[in-house]
Amino acid sequence: MSLSLEHSPTTGDEVITNYTINFGPQHPAAHGVLRMVTELDGEIITRLDPHVGLLHRGTEKLIEHKTYLQALPYFDRLDYCSPLGMEHSYVLAIEKLLNLAVPARAQYLRVLFAELTRICNHMLNLGSHVMDVGAMTPNLWLFEIREDCLGFFERASGARMHAAWFRPGGVHQDVPQKLLDDIGVWLDKRMPELLEDAISLVVDNRIFKQRNVDIAVVSRADALAWGFSGPMIRGSGVAWDLRKSQPYDVYAQMDFEVPVGTRGDCYDRFMVRVEEVRQSARIMKQCLAHMPGGPVASDDRKITPPKRGEMKASMESLIHHFKLYTEGFHVPAGEVYVATESPKGEFGVYLVADGSNKPYRCKIRPTAFSHLQAMDFMSKGHMLPDITAIIGAIDVVFGECDR
Amino acid sequence: MSATLHSAPKFLTPEGLAETLAASLGDCVLAAAQANGETILTVQRDAIETALRTLRDHHEYQQLMEIAGADYPNRAERFEVVYMLLSLTQNSRIMVKVTTDEATPVPTVTTLWPVAGWLEREVYDMFGVIFAGNPDLRRILTDYGFEGHPFRKDFPLTGYQELHYSEEQKRVVYAPVELPQDLRQFDFMSPWEGATPESVGLVLPGDEKANDEKGPQP
Repeated sequence: MSLSLEHSPTTGDEVITNYTINFGPQHPAAHGVLRMVTELDGEIITRLDPHVGLLHRGTEKLIEHKTYLQALPYFDRLDYCSPLGMEHSYVLAIEKLLNLAVPARAQYLRVLFAELTRICNHMLNLGSHVMDVGAMTPNLWLFEIREDCLGFFERASGARMHAAWFRPGGVHQDVPQKLLDDIGVWLDKRMPELLEDAISLVVDNRIFKQRNVDIAVVSRADALAWGFSGPMIRGSGVAWDLRKSQPYDVYAQMDFEVPVGTRGDCYDRFMVRVEEVRQSARIMKQCLAHMPGGPVASDDRKITPPKRGEMKASMESLIHHFKLYTEGFHVPAGEVYVATESPKGEFGVYLVADGSNKPYRCKIRPTAFSHLQAMDFMSKGHMLPDITAIIGAIDVVFGECDR
Repeated sequence: MSATLHSAPKFLTPEGLAETLAASLGDCVLAAAQANGETILTVQRDAIETALRTLRDHHEYQQLMEIAGADYPNRAERFEVVYMLLSLTQNSRIMVKVTTDEATPVPTVTTLWPVAGWLEREVYDMFGVIFAGNPDLRRILTDYGFEGHPFRKDFPLTGYQELHYSEEQKRVVYAPVELPQDLRQFDFMSPWEGATPESVGLVLPGDEKANDEKGPQP
């Protein structure tokens, strides 16, 4: 007896096909211009093809036509949520090629503000992740912290977001002692209060857990194969943090923990970031406690410009200043790949110098590019609304992904 | 090798790492060097997959972090494809390079790391390097329907096409680039712009007199 399939009484001879929708390019939960061609079986995702590059500006090509110093502000505009983290890789790459020593105070200031950047970045990500899955209040409270951070950036560099404050050889300007004192007070009281209040609303919240626990589980092997880094690889249980394993500036002297997840789902990634904020505050307190005095930039006048006051009195300083801001400095031929732990993961700069005053090639390794590529396998079998949770946990910013 | 003064990330680059890896990979290694704290291996193009497989399986370089392209138009094979490998267990980074030209394909490494898919797509999009065996070698960063490979050194910075909104047609239209003013390109090869003989390897006008029999003029 042969088996005959019963025809559906409602569809007649029509064949039900999978439904394909466009998620984006303009969608509030896509965190930028991301287009995802999503193939759905009902509400279940069967295939997801992210189209990136809608914000491609050719930063790497523009950098080839600028001097080393002129290229620096482009890095602020890559990941505009954590600008100083981007600058950090670039200035370290130049310093590695030049083999240039950086004074202790500059290294402490860089670490202090890199961690402030991390808090600033995580406030945006945690808040928007929570909002993407349906809660409003934590985002508003976390943005208060972010606003404070931007105020500190402004007091240090003059710019709220695009600071251009890390320079080859140190930082651009020293900070007033009042700013350091204010950051210390803020770390002790206002920041933890706001953070813990906001986080307490979501960590044990039933709805938040239903939306995040067991969504997009990534095993350790998958995390390695897909080139994950930062909170994404730590969420999968690999205790890998470049600040700890490949310390740069004064991270080697800092005492902090590397949080890891246990299940590798969106909830773990969220909680890793929450703990990283607490650890960042710990690092910042150590920086403030041990901040040495002294210069904030290298005294190599062929690399870093002289102080304004010197220029008024010394002809040589005036010449140095003029040469540095017209021709710039020459970097000896060579190539390096320098990667730092940016708030979103491993942010690398592959810098090829040919001995002239412009980079020959500057390849930027964005964090989100590898993570976004894994969207397909992470979201397969999940529901359409889970996409927002997965993207929120990736922490993607398209200025950096598309360059 | 001078002392390390910089404060860039410190990972393990033991002396002789390049030689050890080169000996392990065998004949396919064309060059192995350590400079500026980086370990760089150049391998034969067709052997890249086996070389990276050996490095992954026998030398614990678990992660492929990045594939970078670079264009050197003066060379016989103008493109370099650079693979950045990271070892989490040995805390070490190396670069592996192959060279190619516009027509010769490079074997894909998507068989080793799925992350290579997009990384190879990006190098293809930006430089036009073809990766044989990549299952999905589409453009990735440039516009739909884009022509050319923008990161080649002979591609102009301004590009060829630009977009603007046309009030008559009520839509965004493509048009050839029109610049009201030329881009400012500073000529640093000129002695007035700061070139020195050491930096650019040329004799500045007048410098040849220094080697005359009469000696430098007062």
